[in-house]
Amino acid sequence: MPDNTLMAADAASSPVCREFTVMELRRTGPESGSPAHSPVGPDQSHWLLDLDLTAGFPGDAGWTPGQFVMLRPVSWSFELLWARPFSICMLESGVLRLFFQVVGRGTRAMSALRPGDRVVAWGPLGQGFALEPETSTLLLAGGIGLAPFIGYARRHPQPEKLRLFFGHRPEVAEYPLDLLPQEMPMEASRQTCAEELACFVDDLERRIKEYAARQGLILACGPHPFLRAVQGLAMKHRARAQLSLENRMACGVGACLGCVTETTNQTLPVKVCTQGPVFWAGDVHLGGEA
Amino acid sequence: MNLAVEMAGVRLKNPVLTASGTFGYGLEFAAYGDLTALGGIVVKGLSWEPRKGNPMPRVAETPCGMLNAIGLQNIGVHRFVEEKLPLLPWAEVPVIANLYACDVTDFARLAEYLAEQEGVAALEVNISCPNVQAGGILFGQDPGQAARVTRAVKDRAGTKPVIVKLSPNVTDITAVAKAAADGGADILALINTLSGMAVDVRNRRPRLANVIGGLSGPAIKPVGLRCVYQVSRAVDLPIIGLGGIASAENVLEYILVGAWAVQVGTANFLRPDMAFRIAAELPLLLDELGVSSWDEFRGALRA
Ligand SMILES: Cc1cc2nc3c(=O)[nH]c(=O)nc-3n(C[C@H](O)[C@H](O)[C@H](O)COP(=O)(O)O)c2cc1C
Repeated sequence: MPDNTLMAADAASSPVCREFTVMELRRTGPESGSPAHSPVGPDQSHWLLDLDLTAGFPGDAGWTPGQFVMLRPVSWSFELLWARPFSICMLESGVLRLFFQVVGRGTRAMSALRPGDRVVAWGPLGQGFALEPETSTLLLAGGIGLAPFIGYARRHPQPEKLRLFFGHRPEVAEYPLDLLPQEMPMEASRQTCAEELACFVDDLERRIKEYAARQGLILACGPHPFLRAVQGLAMKHRARAQLSLENRMACGVGACLGCVTETTNQTLPVKVCTQGPVFWAGDVHLGGEA
Repeated sequence: MNLAVEMAGVRLKNPVLTASGTFGYGLEFAAYGDLTALGGIVVKGLSWEPRKGNPMPRVAETPCGMLNAIGLQNIGVHRFVEEKLPLLPWAEVPVIANLYACDVTDFARLAEYLAEQEGVAALEVNISCPNVQAGGILFGQDPGQAARVTRAVKDRAGTKPVIVKLSPNVTDITAVAKAAADGGADILALINTLSGMAVDVRNRRPRLANVIGGLSGPAIKPVGLRCVYQVSRAVDLPIIGLGGIASAENVLEYILVGAWAVQVGTANFLRPDMAFRIAAELPLLLDELGVSSWDEFRGALRA
């Protein structure tokens, strides 16, 4: 007969679903603090959202960088139906910090949250990045893909073993680089045109090759074309690389089968929300779609 | 009040079940609530062989709802029985298998195999699919086909009650409901998703790779209520109502128009503890409204 091993069997990181209170929401970047104005569409502004987790969430040790939460403001009626997935940027001393960019209807509505507002959040969800304290590790972030690496670098016992290579289109001032540990070397590179993008891909290749040669670990998070480039280069140079996928999700818990991806080793498509979002680069097929 | 409901020999401790395809194999939600507090669990549609489903993207958010064209990705009925069913607390909460096939023969062997499983409380037949043996006409859109597939399942189901899940994509849902009743259905469940689509004028693409998908969520509740209302007056079988339920009040709306029980579907995606919360809130709302028994309230619409 089935018994209470049920919970343990299914929930390795035992996620929770609770209502939490918004402590602070602030815009990063040059116009820091001012509200975003865009009556017609996403304005691409960047925000840091702090939630008060004193009301029960797995604590500092109960998560792995690269894991994510699903978040849905209580004030959303049904017009915006789904919660939205966000990488855990930081989870320290009772505060969950998310770093997000306004890219659509959901994130735009989220940028209107105020301190004291309530949100429903569930997590920590999915499989995070590998963390090998002694291995030289290259973090490749594209734009908002920086978010999980903030937590990764802060949690890493030897951040001097890490190196961040950060590609971005908006101004670098949009990104809260001050949250990164100072011991970690980093380079940021802005791409505003096709030539700069081509240069960036060359730079990526040089670094991936270097880390492949010294048996390093490479971790990447960013937009789909960026991940495809990293995947191609990692395979070419036989580097050990992990990619964090950002597929559209409805439930985040493995029920809807809306976020699946094809893999090289399974016949059925696998759920990005539970088996991912982090995969070894050799294991996933990244679709052609942007 | 006593929340228990008994339909065709299936005993539910309360009328709140979960809808197929929105609650995984049940286990995905074990971290968010007590599965045994639910009236029942209907698992993801099962086919004889595993299915890969449709290409991505397969879900899209729409105002107050969503479209899906998952294409019945599932691990196949054998892996379900071997790997999932033993982990489910089926002795304390009815686990209902949802059957998916593209021809009558396949439906029959699914029914025969599932009927042998002690942990399966009832069989729910998803007839919103094309019959490839009959030129691709949808089982659920043709009363004759609906009766045939119901009969084929009922003949192999042994003592397990057979639930036929109806599609709203028909001109007269009562005609298909009567056909399912004639075919031997013990219970009817309605509604499945409404056929729909969404497009993006910026890249001129459909939002689903499959172009057309099924609409679900709060947006379809008025259609679900209308269908349950019509069918409950036309057919003398217990009905499980669904479509857009997202609160205890929505549950009572369905029961008021004639449902015996309900299923919570898309709302499980709004928060994974949704079905548990609805089951917990229901007795409070019934108290507040002064309802004394299901028999008194069910179908008691003053129209
Ligand atoms: C992602 C998704 C997958 C579904 N899969 C199935 C399925 O496998 N079998 C089935 O009979 N219905 C399936 N349905 C339909 C639901 O069970 C339900 O009938 C429909 O969504 C309407 O209810 P709702 O508005 O509460 O979601 C699915 C619905 C969704 C949203």
